[in-house]
Amino acid sequence: MIEISHLTKRYGEHLAVSDLSFTVDSGQIYGFLGPNGAGKSTTMNIMTGCLSATEGSVRIDGHDIFEEPGQAKKLIGYLPEQPPLYLNETPEEYLRFVGEAKGLRGSELERQIDEVIAQTGIEEVAHRRISALSKGYKQRVGIAQALLGSPKVIILDEPTVGLDPIQIIEIRDLIKELGRTHTVLFSSHILSEVQTICDQIIMIAKGRLVAFDTPENLEQHLLSPNQVVLTTDAGAEEVRALLGGVDHITELALEEGEDGLVTARIKTDLSSVYDLSRALFFAFAAGGRALLELTVKKANLEDIFLELAEADDGGLEAPAVEIELEEREVDGE
Amino acid sequence: MIAVWKHELRSYFHSLTAYVFGAGLLLAVGLGAMLYNIEAAVSNFEYALSYFSIIFAVIVPILTMRVIAEERKQKTDQLLYSLPITTTQVIVGKYLALLVVYLIPLCIVALYPLIFSQFGDVYLLTSYGSMVAFFLMGAALIALGVFISSLTDNQGFAAGIGIGVILLNYFSVSLSEYVSATAFGSVAALCVIILALGAVIKHLTKNETLAYGVCFVLVAAVGVTNFVNGGVFEGLLPSIMTKLSLFDRFTGFVNGVFDLTSIVYYVSVIVFFLFLSIQSLEKRRYN
Repeated sequence: MIEISHLTKRYGEHLAVSDLSFTVDSGQIYGFLGPNGAGKSTTMNIMTGCLSATEGSVRIDGHDIFEEPGQAKKLIGYLPEQPPLYLNETPEEYLRFVGEAKGLRGSELERQIDEVIAQTGIEEVAHRRISALSKGYKQRVGIAQALLGSPKVIILDEPTVGLDPIQIIEIRDLIKELGRTHTVLFSSHILSEVQTICDQIIMIAKGRLVAFDTPENLEQHLLSPNQVVLTTDAGAEEVRALLGGVDHITELALEEGEDGLVTARIKTDLSSVYDLSRALFFAFAAGGRALLELTVKKANLEDIFLELAEADDGGLEAPAVEIELEEREVDGE
Repeated sequence: MIAVWKHELRSYFHSLTAYVFGAGLLLAVGLGAMLYNIEAAVSNFEYALSYFSIIFAVIVPILTMRVIAEERKQKTDQLLYSLPITTTQVIVGKYLALLVVYLIPLCIVALYPLIFSQFGDVYLLTSYGSMVAFFLMGAALIALGVFISSLTDNQGFAAGIGIGVILLNYFSVSLSEYVSATAFGSVAALCVIILALGAVIKHLTKNETLAYGVCFVLVAAVGVTNFVNGGVFEGLLPSIMTKLSLFDRFTGFVNGVFDLTSIVYYVSVIVFFLFLSIQSLEKRRYN
């Protein structure tokens, strides 16, 4: 459906997207994941023809976005990061303009306008000025605009940013619903959001592709929990001694609180982190000390990106996650 | 293109813009008609058109300041880029909508000579000939305004520059009498114009080599020409200023000469600035 090959975008000296290649198949929801400044918006802007690429190509259903923009753009509905709304119009007037610009006329135009208004649930505000609408409704009008002309691919740039929790859930449900009839690609910097909605995750950092897999696989291999945090009233030395009897500890950090409690962050190379929890529990029980708190800490996206950023600042070419991925690929074979 | 045209027209008539522009134009022509044709009982309607033509310096920027600057500010330009329409269609659609806003008050003005002819001898040919030129002059200024608006995302800035440029154009004939007519003065002025051109090229293409290259070649050409035949530059600057003036050419029509070269000049200015506007919009894809 969408074929991106060797896409590079340079702003003067700054490299926003670097040799990015991936293929998006039809009929699935893709999550485009990365921290702020990773190049998500830039990539999406290039995919939709809003921005030129320094190198590389984007093909939508075989049509090159730069060489056959007319045909390629008809296949895409795009909602940029900031919904491009004319604030002193009503959603209906606005949608009529977009529909006409997408080449719809007459009864077909009316039918599609009614359809997208119903689909995005903006019937009751369809005749109010857009400037008076809440952020959630504005976002819906933006999505409605993208749906006009029945494009095969819907591209949404951070559709849930700046919304309140209820609106976020509503928009997520809408995206899920759209996924049944369209190919949807949406960007986000929130891992849980992408995990719950998407069939596939495309992860980028610093303009490079870091991972491309199903959420299940990523969770298993990339985000498997490997850290336990415990709090105890034993002294630091005592904790050290107790932990000395536990195997498979790869990293240990102790922290003494003002209230006399000690917090230990423990990493392991065990495949199941619960084995470590179990060993810790019995070690402390045998030592006659109480575990006041024991938490399995799941690696989250922020940690991964922090790691990536550190690896990059340190001058290392390959970020940590990429190595992990390559290893996994080898494992898979 | 029709979608953009309809959309723009609706937005002009939903806001005050179209009405302020129309009122300003009708006021200016109306005052001229009152003073010349009614008070002084002169039967030449074309004087009424030229009398307050300086009003363009105010009403054209009001009309054109938001046309592209506002799209940038509200980020709606991203929508235009992602729609299956070309930037040429966007600019031409917008421009045609502006022309309609301009034509509506002119249609009312077109009745004046007919009304006056009921009460005396009005030479309708020069009246309507001048009106055609008046329309084209305004259209050229609007094209200039569209280009200025495409350079910035700040409406106020677009309006300010627009007013400045149109006033400069209006007074360029009077000013040309004060500028140096010597060869040296012309060469110096040409160099300044070349440097300004280079700055525009650099702004539009972000290509320093190209901008410096063009500057260097043009300055060298001027230098060589001056060395070989310095007489060419004698009085060149005042004559360029007069030739470039859109308003000065209109005076010819008012005096009863339907000058085709001026018509061609107006049309060229329109095409030139629309072309630049398209490039300016297209450039945002490459920034």
